[in-house]
Amino acid sequence: MQSSAFMSRKEIIGFAILAALIFLVLPAVLDNFRLNLFGKYLTYAFVAVGLALCWGAGGILSLGQGVFFGLGGYCMAMFLKLEASTPENTAIQSTPGIPDFMDWNQLTELPWWWEPFYSLPLALLAVVAVPVMFAFVIGVAMFTRRVGGVYFAIITQAFAAIMTILIIGQQGYTGGVNGITDLRTLMGWDIRTDEAKTILYFVNGALLFAVLLIAQYVRKSKLGRLLIAMRDQEDRVRFSGYNVANFKIFIFCLGAAFAGIGGAMFTLQVGFMSPTLVGIVPSIEMVIFCAVGGRLSILGAVYGALLVNWAKTSLSESFPELWLLGLGGLFIAVVMFFPNGLAGVWSEKIEPRLLALFSKKKPDTSAPDGAPAE
Amino acid sequence: MNERFILKVEDLTVSFDGFKAVDHLSFYVEPNECRVIIGPNGAGKTTVLDLICGRTKATEGSVVFKNKELLSMREDQIVHAGVGRKFQTPSVYEDLTVFENLELSYPKGHGVFGALAFKRDEKVRARIKDIAETIFLADQLDEKAAFLSHGQKQWLEIGMLLIQDPQLLMLDEPVAGMSVAERKKTAELLNRIIQDRSVIVIEHDMGFVADIATRVTVLHQGKTLSEGTMERVQNDPKVVEVYLGH
Ligand SMILES: Nc1ncnc2c1ncn2[C@@H]1O[C@H](COP(=O)(O)OP(=O)(O)O)[C@@H](O)[C@H]1O
Ligand SMILES: [Mg+2]
Repeated sequence: MQSSAFMSRKEIIGFAILAALIFLVLPAVLDNFRLNLFGKYLTYAFVAVGLALCWGAGGILSLGQGVFFGLGGYCMAMFLKLEASTPENTAIQSTPGIPDFMDWNQLTELPWWWEPFYSLPLALLAVVAVPVMFAFVIGVAMFTRRVGGVYFAIITQAFAAIMTILIIGQQGYTGGVNGITDLRTLMGWDIRTDEAKTILYFVNGALLFAVLLIAQYVRKSKLGRLLIAMRDQEDRVRFSGYNVANFKIFIFCLGAAFAGIGGAMFTLQVGFMSPTLVGIVPSIEMVIFCAVGGRLSILGAVYGALLVNWAKTSLSESFPELWLLGLGGLFIAVVMFFPNGLAGVWSEKIEPRLLALFSKKKPDTSAPDGAPAE
Repeated sequence: MNERFILKVEDLTVSFDGFKAVDHLSFYVEPNECRVIIGPNGAGKTTVLDLICGRTKATEGSVVFKNKELLSMREDQIVHAGVGRKFQTPSVYEDLTVFENLELSYPKGHGVFGALAFKRDEKVRARIKDIAETIFLADQLDEKAAFLSHGQKQWLEIGMLLIQDPQLLMLDEPVAGMSVAERKKTAELLNRIIQDRSVIVIEHDMGFVADIATRVTVLHQGKTLSEGTMERVQNDPKVVEVYLGH
């Protein structure tokens, strides 16, 4: 009764199935190119998992998660770009030793805030810390003033727009609309080879599982139940003695941290970072991944990211102009007919049938070990 | 410092676009007193509780609880100062179980990291079971609050307050909308829980009021119409006029 175990039996099975898919099935059936593509899709899953906590559990809909994804990705890209911009590699520039796009924009010196990114530990710290700092500032500004719901969503969206404009406008410092490209090595290790990409795919998978376990812990903690309480009765939570703003700031920052890690893994696997991943459209797409997967389910978020992106790639290869329409239609269909997304379809329709099938075949074990304790 | 009053409400005023729902209201509550506020609909009773617990910001006046000015405090700080509030419509967390509803109100782990590290130890479980028995919900601990009856939700909310163990308990129409049987059980419950603390109750049921009230405040158009023992208030011609004189 009132079990507070970290994972129920069902959840362990869910985690195991996903692990098998990511670490065994996909690497076995996909060629290098496709595996790298799925690795890219999985970087969006980091964002979707964060959204499952923020939006699904806590009711905080952010339409600006692309900003955090981008910030994490840019932090990683800055490190890689500096490593690629050795004086030897850039000897033909008028100022050798600085990134090429700076040279093209008549910069003669590396900006001071690029300096820390010569250090890998600092860059890795920044991948998480920079998005979290931004989220913290937005969170404090919004949540302590009790800005929520649609207003919060609109403000985060505006933030995504501003960020894109800033990055594009300051091309001497950021690489502008092209982003930061031509990334080559990580501490001397060439990240462009097939072998490196396969290794990065597995690193990405491992990090995603780390994030999923953290998300699972949060959901199962009292904080997870508080989020649900806040979503439904925010006012009442205050009168149970909680400072609601602090909890919202926390979960928003956690989502930003997840997104930042995803962004960094995107940069590593795809080899560039650009403002197209920061703005309003990618931010909304990320919400759709989460909605399709089932916004209440952290595992569903991963499937949502995989499925929607796979569909996007397949469809936009053949009908590029139809994709946005298709995506919009998908979103409306999910919201109207499957409000709990894929995870809802699974737990309401498929799982009970599987269980029924299972218990019919093995009538003697129909009372599995965990059942009476639940 | 040994103050005579645990709660001092002075000159309390709130104006909604010029309409003064509470108008220069003053009253004082002693330790262990049970104060009942009565008055016609729209008199401002609920608003008074909203002002004390920080839900509505006052335009003027002061509310001092145990020598602390509440009007400048946030809702959660007021709760931690020892003020608990039950709302007029039952407000519980419908998506959570009865157990979880009570657990969230347990006075521990109220910071972000406290909530992350919070453990359901034996002490917590024992206390929740204890409270659940008091509020007649021992058998519903694992049920979602959404599936409780109206009366059971009211009890659950009372339980959520009890587990906070507030020194000032404010109850807004706790028996409204209940069946006769539920009403009787609730009256019993309230009689038990108002011991050893100060209580402000808003109630219409006069029999019930006479049973529990130390003193009664009659509110009319945001102002005190009459105040004193039940007997005195009932015989006050101004009260008779407001209640019966139309
Ligand atoms: N937030 C608010 N904004 C505007 N008017 C309000 C607000 N809250 C209460 N009122 C008005 O204040 C008056 C008192 O309401 P209330 O305190 O709920 O009365 P009671 O609980 O005594 O029936 C009512 O006329 C109500 O319409
Ligand atoms: Mg009222």
